Amino acid sequence: MPDVQVLVNDFINKLRKRKIEGSQATSRQTAELLRSVISQTRVPYTNQAGALIDAVRAVGEQLIAANPVELAVGNIVRRVLHIIREEDLSLATAAVAGLGLSSVSDDEDDAERDNHPVLSAAVVAAAARSTLRPPSLQTLLEDVPDSGAVPHTSSSGGDSEGKSKSADKSSRSRKLKHDVIEALNELIQDITTCHELIAEQAVEHIHQNEVILTLGSSRTVLEFLCAAKEKKRSFRVFVAEGAPRYQGHLLAKDLVTRGLQTTLITDSAVFAMISRVNMVIVGAHAVMANGGVIAPVGLNMVALAAQRHAVPFVVLAGSHKLCPLYPHNPEVLLNELRSPSELLDFGEFSDCMDFGTGTASPLLHVVNPTFDYVPPKLVSLFITDTGGHNPSYVYRLIADYYSADDLVVQQRPPTAS
Amino acid sequence: MEARRASRTVSDPKVRHVGFFTPDPNPQPGWNPLASDTPVSNSLSPVMIPPPRQPSDRTAAVPVPETGIRRQTGADQVPVGSYNPSESLLGSSPAPSSPSSRVGLVDGEFSEESNGWFRRSESGKYASSLPDTMVDRAPENSASAAPVLESKKSVEATGKGGKAVVEEQNEVQSSSMPLKEKTTKAERRALQEAQRAAKASGKEGNKSAAVSQGAAPVKPVKQPSQKKDGPPVSVSVSVVSFDKKGGDRPPEKERKKDVPAPRMQFDDKSRVQKAKKHAVVKQTEARNRVELFRHLPQYEHGTQLPDLESKFFQLDPVHPAIYKVGLQYLAGDISGGNARCIAMLQAFKEAIEDYSTPQEKTLARDLTAKISSYVSFFIECRPLSIGMGNAIRSLKTRITDLPLTLSESEAKAALCSDIEHFINEKIILADKVIVRHAVTKIRDGDVLLTYGSSCVVEMILLYAHEMGKQFRVVVVDSRPKLEGQALLRRLVAKGLSCTYSHINALSYVMHEVTKVFLGAASVLSNGTVYSRVGTASVAMVANAFHVPVLICCEAYKFHERVQLDSICFNELGDPDAIAKVSGRTDVNYLNNWANKENLQLLNLMYDATPSDYISMIVTDYGMIPPTSVPVIVREYRRDHVFI
Repeated sequence: MPDVQVLVNDFINKLRKRKIEGSQATSRQTAELLRSVISQTRVPYTNQAGALIDAVRAVGEQLIAANPVELAVGNIVRRVLHIIREEDLSLATAAVAGLGLSSVSDDEDDAERDNHPVLSAAVVAAAARSTLRPPSLQTLLEDVPDSGAVPHTSSSGGDSEGKSKSADKSSRSRKLKHDVIEALNELIQDITTCHELIAEQAVEHIHQNEVILTLGSSRTVLEFLCAAKEKKRSFRVFVAEGAPRYQGHLLAKDLVTRGLQTTLITDSAVFAMISRVNMVIVGAHAVMANGGVIAPVGLNMVALAAQRHAVPFVVLAGSHKLCPLYPHNPEVLLNELRSPSELLDFGEFSDCMDFGTGTASPLLHVVNPTFDYVPPKLVSLFITDTGGHNPSYVYRLIADYYSADDLVVQQRPPTAS
Repeated sequence: MEARRASRTVSDPKVRHVGFFTPDPNPQPGWNPLASDTPVSNSLSPVMIPPPRQPSDRTAAVPVPETGIRRQTGADQVPVGSYNPSESLLGSSPAPSSPSSRVGLVDGEFSEESNGWFRRSESGKYASSLPDTMVDRAPENSASAAPVLESKKSVEATGKGGKAVVEEQNEVQSSSMPLKEKTTKAERRALQEAQRAAKASGKEGNKSAAVSQGAAPVKPVKQPSQKKDGPPVSVSVSVVSFDKKGGDRPPEKERKKDVPAPRMQFDDKSRVQKAKKHAVVKQTEARNRVELFRHLPQYEHGTQLPDLESKFFQLDPVHPAIYKVGLQYLAGDISGGNARCIAMLQAFKEAIEDYSTPQEKTLARDLTAKISSYVSFFIECRPLSIGMGNAIRSLKTRITDLPLTLSESEAKAALCSDIEHFINEKIILADKVIVRHAVTKIRDGDVLLTYGSSCVVEMILLYAHEMGKQFRVVVVDSRPKLEGQALLRRLVAKGLSCTYSHINALSYVMHEVTKVFLGAASVLSNGTVYSRVGTASVAMVANAFHVPVLICCEAYKFHERVQLDSICFNELGDPDAIAKVSGRTDVNYLNNWANKENLQLLNLMYDATPSDYISMIVTDYGMIPPTSVPVIVREYRRDHVFI
């Protein structure tokens, strides 16, 4: 599959050079890339799921390493892995159900197919059901050994009886790949339409004469506000410009063309204005499992000001932004420093900057971070495409999208290779 | 220190020396409270009938309403306080070790003050219940005819006496302290305090006397007793309460003066029209104004300057020096509270030097009117800062207080020297004092954050660097002024190690910061710091990261106004500055924003930082918590009058 490798390398280069901006674009392209990876992966007769998972993992690892700060890549890789597992399980349960109807004697075969040679069909069915169902404490306890075993035990278990039912299996393997790709298409669809799903909820949150503050630019926020406007709500928006990228200018322009009362303010005036604001609505870069938000730089300040004045701080985030990781020192580790030229004109300060050439350390440093970490206690509400959620509920949302085995993608389990 | 404090708690209500206070440089051995009476009575404004402290004394020093003399020549004449400006200006620099103790004093003050608050209502009781009725002054008092009047006077006398005693003790105790100037301030303040107390309590005295006239002669007697032996606690309490009373309720007339005139509200159409008629600067109102800020003036920028420049040679009533400074304000060539204030005062000085009184007019009135017209010209160019307002206020008081006997040239010379004094003492010297204080808070290894460009903070940083302290500076900046870049350049040129960032990155840089130094345009009496927009955000983030925030502000910028938000009073800058991002040609989304009906750009200039974000305010009177601002405002406001 050389052509896939070319695609992957191309995408990795783009990620490395930070050519792709915005988590939505990144996640969509990641999903598309993984789709082509999956479609090009030749699946063995046995253990199709394991093979797919390995392939996706190998690519995902490289993608994540290319831009570890762009959490959306990792999210999508994990989502795809989860989809493969789910599809595999649903196929298995379907087969179990079919077998259970026809005869009980095929018990052994069914178990083999599901890569659990020693388990009875009933247990497998239970396991399958439990994974499709949202996990509860009980299923978590039951599930852990099973799902952990899926990719690994299969290879050993599959060999013994693989030859007997090869024809059936090939059809099934095609079915699995097909299902996975179907699901991936759905995921891509979800990512592209998550704006609309979020924007649909706008009228529930914005009332007449509301004053809304936002910082920087986010397409989700734009759609959200415009959706409320279309529903004949009249409200005014304060847009902080979001130095040093000044995306706020762009947002203000877009809002004005859509007919919203817009006031552009400097970032420094946020504290002054927030006392007259009813709600802060912002986009996010990523939402961590603890409910913290990795957001465009400056939002922590806004969130603090909002908290001070008891203004609700609402974060709009598509489900592709939900990251199953818990942040550790996110201000530093999940941040990225951009070029100082956005802050200082090199030409003007060139005489101050060449101290570094001598023995002494340079006198002038310029810090230009990209992201801010907003701790969960400052967030009032998340609005995702599945509805509004409390920050404390995010960990649970994540369980819907990711399986616990995929949380660590980078480190390949030693047994897998 | 210990001894001093102990004695203070017993006898001294004067803890309110927040800053430095020193004894009379040349204490006269025979000095007694009575002697201090003369300047008191002299310094009273003619309207106030100076209540005699004791009848005999009073007759000797009949209050002549020529208050100005004493004020004007105060420098060389004042017998008691011997306020010697040259000495205070040049001679002494504050001991750098003092700040901590100062802060301690402030604390002390607060506790005592609250005491005073509590006791206030009871003070009458305390005073009248004092047992030792009879001491030296009783006979004189009894000689007086009208009991009601007497009670008033005597009450006042006690207040004053108490003060005086305290004064005396202070001198004895702390004669080793440097800094002459503050002593006299303290004294003057004390005297005025006493007068006010007298007035305030006079009213009550009237009342109480009406109820029970028998009590009247008792009161005055308390004072000598206190003077003689170690003062009983109750006495000191009553003294405290007395002057608290004075401090808290100034007499009607003064109070009226204190309340700042309501500011011009620009949503009031008729008044705006009226104001426009007199305007020198031709202004067109900006389009697309922000609804929330209708009450603030906002004009189209760019049109006024050429217009004004063309008018430069049509010499209308505005003096050329004033005109020049006004133009500089308008063009933004002079910015920063201190620079603007100094430029304004120097322009006033030039104008006063060239001034000649027209026929059939008095200097005091005509010059005040002139100054007022200059001030309104300045306001047209750019709204005044609060520090400038204070400076103008003190200058006007000086003019009205000029004695009529003075010839014109003398009066002008006096005013000019007063202006010089104000600049030197309230701004330049105050900055030096602040630097000395603040430097004690900088330690090796510190990472200091500052926002925008404050000249005091810059002086502090440079001074600390000169002292060889090892620290790093984080300069945080924000659009549209980007004043931090200029500061950064100056600091780096001096060899300081700097980090530069923008205000959005605050949360990122705040992790390593150990202290935040901020300047202020004004400190309001509820502790709110009114400063360059963004200061509040910096203070808030610092507070969230538990980093102490130190505000550096000269006391002449303190104001008794209160403000809760940044909206009721503010200044609006040029909105075009927001649409254009300097040095970034790629950000051009809003090039023709004015045509868009729905879009407004808001360029706020200031914001109000709530006092709970502020750990400390470093001012020329010492380092104080924000809660002590009203104390400084109340106690030292009178000083501005004296320039």
